[in-house]
Amino acid sequence: MTEPGRSGAPVDGPAAASPSAASPAPSAFLDVRDLRVHFPTDDGLVKSVDGLSFRLERGRTLGIVGESGSGKSVTSLGIMGLHTAGRYGRRKARVSGEIWLNGTELLSVGADHVRKLRGREMAMIFQDPLSALHPYYTIGEQIVEAYRIHHDVGKKAARKRAIEMLDRVGIPQPDKRVDNYPHEFSGGMRQRAMIAMSLVNNPELLIADEPTTALDVTVQAQILDLIRDLQEEFGSAVIVITHDLGVVAELADDILVMYGGRCIERGPAEQVFHEPRHPYTWGLLGSMPRLDREQQDRLVPVKGSPPSLINLPSGCAFNPRCPYADVPKDDLSRTVRPELTEVGDRHWAACHMTQEQRERIWTEEIAPRL
Amino acid sequence: MSMPAYGDGGRAGDFDSSETRGAATLTKDAAPGEVLLKVTGLRKHFPIRKGLFQRRVGAVRAVDGIDFEVRSGETLGVVGESGCGKSTMGRLITRLLEPTAGTIEFEGKDITHLGVGGMRPMRRDVQMIFQDPYSSLNPRHTTGTIIGAPFKLQGVEPEGGIKKEVQRLLSVVGLSPEHYNRYPNEFSGGQRQRIGIARALALKPKLVVADEPVSALDVSIQAQVVNLMDDLQRELGLTYVIIAHDLSVVRHVSDRIAVMYLGKIVELADRDLLYKTPMHPYTKALMSAVPIPDPRRRNARSERLLLDGDVPSPIAPPSGCRFHTRCWKATQICTTTEPPLKELRPGQRLACHHPENFADQAPQDTILLSAAKRTTEPGTPGGRRTAGTAGG
Repeated sequence: MTEPGRSGAPVDGPAAASPSAASPAPSAFLDVRDLRVHFPTDDGLVKSVDGLSFRLERGRTLGIVGESGSGKSVTSLGIMGLHTAGRYGRRKARVSGEIWLNGTELLSVGADHVRKLRGREMAMIFQDPLSALHPYYTIGEQIVEAYRIHHDVGKKAARKRAIEMLDRVGIPQPDKRVDNYPHEFSGGMRQRAMIAMSLVNNPELLIADEPTTALDVTVQAQILDLIRDLQEEFGSAVIVITHDLGVVAELADDILVMYGGRCIERGPAEQVFHEPRHPYTWGLLGSMPRLDREQQDRLVPVKGSPPSLINLPSGCAFNPRCPYADVPKDDLSRTVRPELTEVGDRHWAACHMTQEQRERIWTEEIAPRL
Repeated sequence: MSMPAYGDGGRAGDFDSSETRGAATLTKDAAPGEVLLKVTGLRKHFPIRKGLFQRRVGAVRAVDGIDFEVRSGETLGVVGESGCGKSTMGRLITRLLEPTAGTIEFEGKDITHLGVGGMRPMRRDVQMIFQDPYSSLNPRHTTGTIIGAPFKLQGVEPEGGIKKEVQRLLSVVGLSPEHYNRYPNEFSGGQRQRIGIARALALKPKLVVADEPVSALDVSIQAQVVNLMDDLQRELGLTYVIIAHDLSVVRHVSDRIAVMYLGKIVELADRDLLYKTPMHPYTKALMSAVPIPDPRRRNARSERLLLDGDVPSPIAPPSGCRFHTRCWKATQICTTTEPPLKELRPGQRLACHHPENFADQAPQDTILLSAAKRTTEPGTPGGRRTAGTAGG
């Protein structure tokens, strides 16, 4: 697997997490370092994202998986700079860390600069197209607006561009549908229109937050195909955020598994699916009935529920739900928070069990049951 | 080192049936019981009214003539895309909606047009689990009130009193008896769904209709609830009708599966037959659209059948076979004659003129319609198309 522009592995891992003050601009296209997003609430500080680091190159797709409340959507909004825009003082998020996009550090350049980048350099596809599109404006008007904010062109040219984009994402009769309102579109077409809007400025970074969750399975297949084709065509870097491991397996080159606001495993898609090295990832794989396998007698769920982000369990956040919490000696799981350690080629996991223990448990106990 | 197993999330000891797992899966596929619920020609049309006098201008044909039966002790899964009428069907058989036509028989008794009073004794035997664990529980009632309500409504006094029975039910579904006085907002989504299940089970029903019981839950919690429902079925001899859009969940829980499309059942078959040799082109397309959670299989998607466009409107469904507008095998006869649902193979009923994995039902009719030409690439039957229509 060759990756143009990717430097050597060392900084890719936990090393990149060191919050050194004056770190040099990185060579990676997107470099997120020690991102923290905390929300002060009446009940306490909600640490939605707590020290997340990853890198992404152009033309590659990163899949972020996790359950609700694991911090995956908060991460994407953090990268887009959409947290600080909150007008409600009390709810204002505290974002810290570094987000380097193409040599610019987004958290320090100021909201005006980020606003210029948003839509042009980075764009987002939201989960629910009906609430993300404005009901009072036609699809065309909304795409034209997105285009003219960043391009000094006339209305006619922008409209032509909007029709062209609608055509590209597979909307039939785009010259007529461009004047429709969102409610006149079906769910799948709305999602196509939203993709057209996000791609109208040829962004280099595209974040798709649960892009197909609201769609039926046959339409989902169409949209996944579309995202993949468009990425090949435009060569953007794509972050796909989803709870559906099937969607990630279809799209992502690399996978980042989040739990309790932190990354607990990260690596190439194939390794994360076939040699996962964290008990939570095992749990996710075991929870899922699969069509491509023989019928299982019984699913193997993760016990308990996701943790509270205000009061994370001490030590490893997963320890109350982890069936192997007692394997590491000295009660490490309950006292010390595990750091990401390298477990394979570009593959990291945060678990106190030794590499041998994990390999043995995976091959002997988990893999045969899946 | 002993092997620690992932639990079910239930309180230890209260409901641990992992030991009985092997035996139970054997009995589940045992000889089917007698017919518990029989549905014939069931229709539900929702009128569309317009204008000053609310004149009827049309109807949404949500369920448009379906026949099936549910046998005692089995799980019937119902799948389909949104708008196919599967939820309406669930509300019809639980008589939350009044059918437009057709009959529903429960244990041989016609319940199609029973009134509220007439249905009341039936309600003990037919219960429902709802999709959204947030809106299906009254936020101002405690768990005890919610789960105890069925007893009060039915005038049943369980042995040892309502409170004791409710606490027993709480432990059966993997919650703690101390949760009796808590309010729904103190519970997580998965726990709320357990409360909904406890309420449905309170009167020891024979038939439980579950409408998307796990789709609002996280993956790891989904598996807990699926296992719980599985265990309860075995312990209490329940019969389930499980309505869901997730084909992998439906395969996991069902003995037989009905595939619905635009208000009709297009295929009704035993689980293994349906998933190994789907006969209806729609079933096949539906299954091939499910993303496979395995990056190594990514190349396999070149064999994927990609359906064109969206489901047509149920207000004016296509003539003949309703699927013909999106079907790559459609011919002339499909636009004119509606295929009946008939048993082509033991355990597999189907409504199609040109089934997959089986002899053609209308071999003389060979001229493919344009839908077929758009969908199929030359030489490869059902080949993959590129997304959208923009390319060609």
